[in-house]
Amino acid sequence: MRLEPRIASPAQTILYPVAAFAATFAFAALLVLMAGVSPLGVFRLVFLGAAGSQFALLETLTRATPLIFTGLAVTVAFRAKLWNIGAEAQLYIGAVVTVVLGTGAVAAPSWVLVPLIALAAMLAGGLLLLGPALLKTRFGVDEVVTTLLLNFIVLLFVSMLLEGPLKDPMGLGWPQSQRVVAEAQWPRLVQGKRLHMGFPVAILAALAVWLMLARSVLGYEMRAVGHNAAAARFAGIPVNRVLALTALISGGLAALGGVSEVSGLKGNLTLDLSPGFGYTGIVVAMLALLHPLGVVASAIFVAGIFVGADAMSRAVGVPSYIADVMTATALLTMGTAIVFTRYRIRWR
Amino acid sequence: MAAALEILFTASFWVAAVRIASPLIFATLGELICERAGVLNLGIEGIMVAGAFAGWITVYSGGDLWTGVAVAALTGAAFGLLHGLLTVPLGLSQHVTGIGITLLATSLTYYTYRLALPEVTSPPKIEAFRPLEIPVLSDLPLIGPALFAQTPFTYLAFVAAALVAWLLYRTPLGLALRAAGENPDALEAQGLSVTAIRMGAVAAGSALMAVGGAFLTMSAFNSFFFEMVNGRGWVCIALVVFGSWRPGKALLGAILFGAFDAYQVRLQGVVGDAVPYQVFLMLPYVLSILALVAVSRRASYPRALMVPYRKGER
Repeated sequence: MRLEPRIASPAQTILYPVAAFAATFAFAALLVLMAGVSPLGVFRLVFLGAAGSQFALLETLTRATPLIFTGLAVTVAFRAKLWNIGAEAQLYIGAVVTVVLGTGAVAAPSWVLVPLIALAAMLAGGLLLLGPALLKTRFGVDEVVTTLLLNFIVLLFVSMLLEGPLKDPMGLGWPQSQRVVAEAQWPRLVQGKRLHMGFPVAILAALAVWLMLARSVLGYEMRAVGHNAAAARFAGIPVNRVLALTALISGGLAALGGVSEVSGLKGNLTLDLSPGFGYTGIVVAMLALLHPLGVVASAIFVAGIFVGADAMSRAVGVPSYIADVMTATALLTMGTAIVFTRYRIRWR
Repeated sequence: MAAALEILFTASFWVAAVRIASPLIFATLGELICERAGVLNLGIEGIMVAGAFAGWITVYSGGDLWTGVAVAALTGAAFGLLHGLLTVPLGLSQHVTGIGITLLATSLTYYTYRLALPEVTSPPKIEAFRPLEIPVLSDLPLIGPALFAQTPFTYLAFVAAALVAWLLYRTPLGLALRAAGENPDALEAQGLSVTAIRMGAVAAGSALMAVGGAFLTMSAFNSFFFEMVNGRGWVCIALVVFGSWRPGKALLGAILFGAFDAYQVRLQGVVGDAVPYQVFLMLPYVLSILALVAVSRRASYPRALMVPYRKGER
């Protein structure tokens, strides 16, 4: 068997990804059958839970917000072939900076405090990824392993802070931080609902990343480095500097997701702030084929599956982990679909 | 200070070091086989989760211990075949696919666990492997208990290391496997299939990873709980680099890591509350990164690692 490059017809470029989603749902249906429940009924409940009412829709968009940020972080990094698997850690660092500056340490009006926290957090997140990026360019250390290990280190660091200096004295002993002051909060978009400023900010970030990648010199250099680092270097592109800037931007985007979750939604920092947003961001970015605007759509889709599965799981006894299975399966089937659009399979 | 040093001279410390190292030995050997054939397998973390669960549920539902190990190995091989299929003939990104396999194996395991035991709050225990003392040898001072009073599962880890080393360096199959990772064209010129050898290596390596995971539920903690693998898979990826892709060095690296991990736990007891316990828990991960930095400059990666092989393409 071998692969022969080809240019797929428009029908094929649509058909294969659709087949990928069909395969994902078929696999999920099989697992639901294992639970002894009708798959169609379950999918209906998932859909209703994700988009069946105004409440459900707003909840889906709320859940999509951090995924857009981490999805963008992964998109920027992967475009330059900087394998940032550490968006989880960068998100938490962003959240840490938010509660360090936002719980009363800095007294300033909202229009100063909110941007100040956002910038400081982005810087911290960027620096956190700059470390692995420099280790890669200076020492040849694989950034996959370092960013993965940093996820565990940072989570322990957060745990240490929440049981130490950042611990809420009024928290009844729980490892949680104080709530951020009113001036640091991001406003809610709809009165009495959970959707907050983070969502439009995430969309603006997607637009900015898209413009940067498609229209700026840096974006061009990033893509060139990702496509062929040796050729890029030969063409005079400062590869190491481009990778460093990529790290700062990617880490910054993930950290902004952490700010958004604390300032916009939760109000304080706990150890369960992120149920794996950093890892799910990889799925979001890959489903969007590393296109920044596609990230918005795929984040909403993935968030819908999670929110819908939570609602479904409460109604019937199918574990909500079905959502994790579906997103992981979608990642693999979509990757396969892309190969099929780009290559023809020759069996001999 | 004296107390911190004394730890090194207690037998229980070395017993713990080897016990902690055992699952890492299996999984590091597994990753080493994959990478030696030219395929990075980031599915390792998830495959260890799946193996831990597969072994445990087999014993929990009445199978005997060695059947559990076999079921774990088969589960790992299945995920390995999937990773191999996607990355070798189809040539998908090994990074992304590996992460995908980890996410898939982990979530499938959690889903199955919840389905099998919906109402469980404290995870049920199984009758796990018991230590098997080897007469005379286990009476040696200090290292006697560490090497000769472990469970049969730990002995299997050492056997596996010897077997992998023999296979890699002393058999035609091992030569072919190494060629797949260094110079696939040469392999193809010999009339051997790079695809078949890489797929086989990934399946076999993944089986070892899953057995490493099974050690956790069947010889260490005796029950399955979420997040029990806790980054061990990623540590093993670092250990492969640290051991410069050689089974013997990888074995030593794993034991060194186990000793370090056992030491930090005991050091917590000596230091007390002066330093937050999280600092100690961080140390193994920090150590892994430092080890990578130390060896990466002169690391000689298998030359065709992460390079998809397309017949007739140059």
